[in-house]
Amino acid sequence: MTQQSARRPEVANPRVAAPSVVPLARRRDVVLSVSGLSLQRGGHSVLDRVGFELARGETVGLVGESGAGKSTIALVLMGLLRPPAVTLAGEVRFGDQDDLLALPERGWASLRGRRIAMIFQDPSSALNPCFTVGAQLTNPLRRLLGLDRGAARRRAIELLESAGLNDAEARLAAYPHELSGGMQQRVMIAIALACNPDLLLADEPTSALDVTIQAQIMQLILQQVRARDASCLFVLHDLALASQVCDRIVVLYAGQVVEAGPADAVLRQSLHPYTHALKSCVIELDTETLTPPPGGLPGLGDMPSGCRFAPRCPRATAECASRTPPLRPMQGRDVACWHPG
Amino acid sequence: MSAAMQADHIFQLLDVEKVYRIDRGGWSRLRRESPRRLAALDGVRLTVQRGDSIALVGESGSGKSTLLRVLLGLTPASDGRALYRGEEIDALAGDRRRTFQRDVAMIYQDARASLNPRLKTLDLIAEPLRQHALCPPADMRDRVIGLLARVGMPADTVERYPSQLSGGQVRRVAIARALASEPKVIVADEAVSGLDVSTQAQLLNLLRGLQREMGLTLLFITHDLAVASYLCRRIAVMYLGRIVETGPTKDVLRRPLHPYTRALLNASPRFFAPIAETLAGEIPSPIDLPPGCRFASRCPRVAADCRAQEPPLVSQSAGREAACLHPLAG
Amino acid sequence: MVAHELTALRETSRRLPAPIRALAGLARGRPFFIVAALLSLAYLFAAIFAPWVAPYDPAYQDPEHLMSPPSALHWCGTDSFGQDLLSRVIYGTRYVLLIGFCSVAIGAIGGLAIGLAAGLLQGPVEWGLMRFIDAILALPSLIMAITFIAILGQGVENVIYAVGFALVGPFARTVRADVLQVRAQAFVEAAGLMGVSRARIIWRHILPNVIFPLGVQATVRLSEAILVSSGLSFLGLGVVPPTPDWGLMIAEGRAFISIVPWISGVPGAALAILLIALSIVGDGVRERFDPKLRTAR
Repeated sequence: MTQQSARRPEVANPRVAAPSVVPLARRRDVVLSVSGLSLQRGGHSVLDRVGFELARGETVGLVGESGAGKSTIALVLMGLLRPPAVTLAGEVRFGDQDDLLALPERGWASLRGRRIAMIFQDPSSALNPCFTVGAQLTNPLRRLLGLDRGAARRRAIELLESAGLNDAEARLAAYPHELSGGMQQRVMIAIALACNPDLLLADEPTSALDVTIQAQIMQLILQQVRARDASCLFVLHDLALASQVCDRIVVLYAGQVVEAGPADAVLRQSLHPYTHALKSCVIELDTETLTPPPGGLPGLGDMPSGCRFAPRCPRATAECASRTPPLRPMQGRDVACWHPG
Repeated sequence: MSAAMQADHIFQLLDVEKVYRIDRGGWSRLRRESPRRLAALDGVRLTVQRGDSIALVGESGSGKSTLLRVLLGLTPASDGRALYRGEEIDALAGDRRRTFQRDVAMIYQDARASLNPRLKTLDLIAEPLRQHALCPPADMRDRVIGLLARVGMPADTVERYPSQLSGGQVRRVAIARALASEPKVIVADEAVSGLDVSTQAQLLNLLRGLQREMGLTLLFITHDLAVASYLCRRIAVMYLGRIVETGPTKDVLRRPLHPYTRALLNASPRFFAPIAETLAGEIPSPIDLPPGCRFASRCPRVAADCRAQEPPLVSQSAGREAACLHPLAG
Repeated sequence: MVAHELTALRETSRRLPAPIRALAGLARGRPFFIVAALLSLAYLFAAIFAPWVAPYDPAYQDPEHLMSPPSALHWCGTDSFGQDLLSRVIYGTRYVLLIGFCSVAIGAIGGLAIGLAAGLLQGPVEWGLMRFIDAILALPSLIMAITFIAILGQGVENVIYAVGFALVGPFARTVRADVLQVRAQAFVEAAGLMGVSRARIIWRHILPNVIFPLGVQATVRLSEAILVSSGLSFLGLGVVPPTPDWGLMIAEGRAFISIVPWISGVPGAALAILLIALSIVGDGVRERFDPKLRTAR
């Protein structure tokens, strides 16, 4: 963080004091650093000063309900959501790229697939139905790694096998619609990891799959990411799943980060009322009662001023409605609340 | 079985089958090859008592949606008998059919698609009232407002169109419409999936409260075991067109008897539990299943006799049935 | 200060009736649409108020100014009979719009009936209707219209019927596709589960969801109807002279096109501009209201 401020003029950013409390020296090198990311679309504020960091080999989960902006962040990080469609502000550093947000399309072409890759929620619509699995898999290998046809094909077979698809050679000639949902997702994982990217973005990778297949796919993702010493950013709505797979968790509400830190701290000893509310809504096998917070996420046009969760918060006071609480370190994680605990 | 006991059986399915014949295409008809057989339901036995709340749990291909369609009379069974209060559902006609349509209400998975986008909420909810002549036209508006209040929606919703309502609100309107005909049975197909956890929790509380205070019989399809446990007292686990285990929900989920039920339990994410041993392989295609237990290809406990004969759904202990030759130790 | 005024404006606009709001929503951000809509309205205005707008009576023949070029006296010149072209074009707007709207109405109603039947029935009746529609669609609308004229004879009324019948085919096809799609929706099945009678389902659930796309289609087909009717008149098979029909006027000027191009040029230009304007309006309406084209909002 200090290096960053030396290179750029001081910009007062009250919301992001320090995205993580653990001193940088003790952590392995930071692969991705997002600070003050704000996104406006159609005159509405979709993301508001979002900040978090990702170290090498770490899995971080962006958690929240639909409309909180989690998928939006993933799309921004992939360069798929850029001006003029939206207005972006803030800073995103990835590896040695100082400002991902200012990167022109040419620059993105060398990043996507090669150093940042993404897997999507619905594999049947994310894979191109007109091309065989083999064609879609060898495409990045030949274009980004420069392999010739034979080498790309051999590598493709290796990738499919390590993704858990038996009979890999026959699968190369198959079209996506000939495969089941779970197999399609495996293909998508293979394509995403084909060039050994440093960062994998996974947007609800298992939501569209059957329950018994979900566990297989999650294990596969974790295993493949760890084997490459890559980092992974999950977008999830399932808190329990997030607790199983993520080292750190960032809780989003209405486009703002409300709590962020190690999964243990955030989920076991939550401090923000929204995190408490989310946890109370998770049904487990022995849940007797559920006490969800009243109301719903505010619409894009009706964002409340001050803390956005205040209208639904049991601890809200007048101060909460007038001033937005900044993200501050507390008890081993960052919280944005005037009355945490 | 005495007539009184019969009357308490709301639904009864006796070895119901629903088979689709799939053409192999191409030259197959010329070569006189027999068409392939897709058994969406392959011998289902189920009894639903009055006041029961039963969850039908399964993954894709399990046949739970087909089962629902057979129960509602939308699809006739190819074989076996599907009874409503002792009468064949397909054979219901006239007054009896009208009573059936009034007594059994359905909540669709895609609630928005189940509401005519050109009608206001008032007309949508009033439709069953009008259809079954449940109240004079003058009182209809008040009745609808009352129903909306029951599901926690404000009175001004009556003037809105479905496109102006959020996902959670649309579900509530669908529930209100289901309640309008004063049904005895509510059938819900994944009524709370795909929603935010807070909306889901609100709707589950609503459904549970309604079921308890109105004594409704509830048939709830879900893939989420925790939802099943929260909402329903009984559970029936389906796999590839058959029921493989039934019993009281909490009991079944605490001590499953069928290996598939245990696999489902393991696969459901739990807080901070590491990802448990996963079930290998893909869900097999229901077309032309090999003989023997249909779970044999993926079962971690498969034995030689499992592939020889299909295990029937038999009672293993009080109130619990499982279709397994080597059930898990209870 | 500005924010306060904007909010006040938003408040008042929210109280305007829905159709005006819909039109305003249509017009926002679409400058071509606004221009096209204004042009179309100008034509409509000219048609309604022709006696007051046109400088001359369309049948008045000025013997001193035969085939005269555009001048201060005759803004668009005169034709071979000395009739003022501008006035004839303005009066011709009446016929164009009358024929256009009426024939589209006939086509839409006929198409609705046949399309509904084809979409709802099954078995041999549906098969027969579909072949009937296929037969109509096999021929271009102009040829179909000529066939009907041959049966009915000429004149404005017969042109309306002929073009209308020729449009039944395309309308029937889109209606049938919409009916099939609506029929498969969950709310139709839900109504059936409630015990609603078939007739009532058609009336309350299927029809309202089909009428709207039909209306959108109608605005699109309007230009086609106008073009076909003008084509008929150009070929001498439509309205009879001295009706100031643009097609007829173009035909009249055909012989002199190299020496006095404005006799065909002026009605031709008027026709082209109207068709383009109507197409843009039709496209705009379709973009805004056709649910199939709507992207996720």
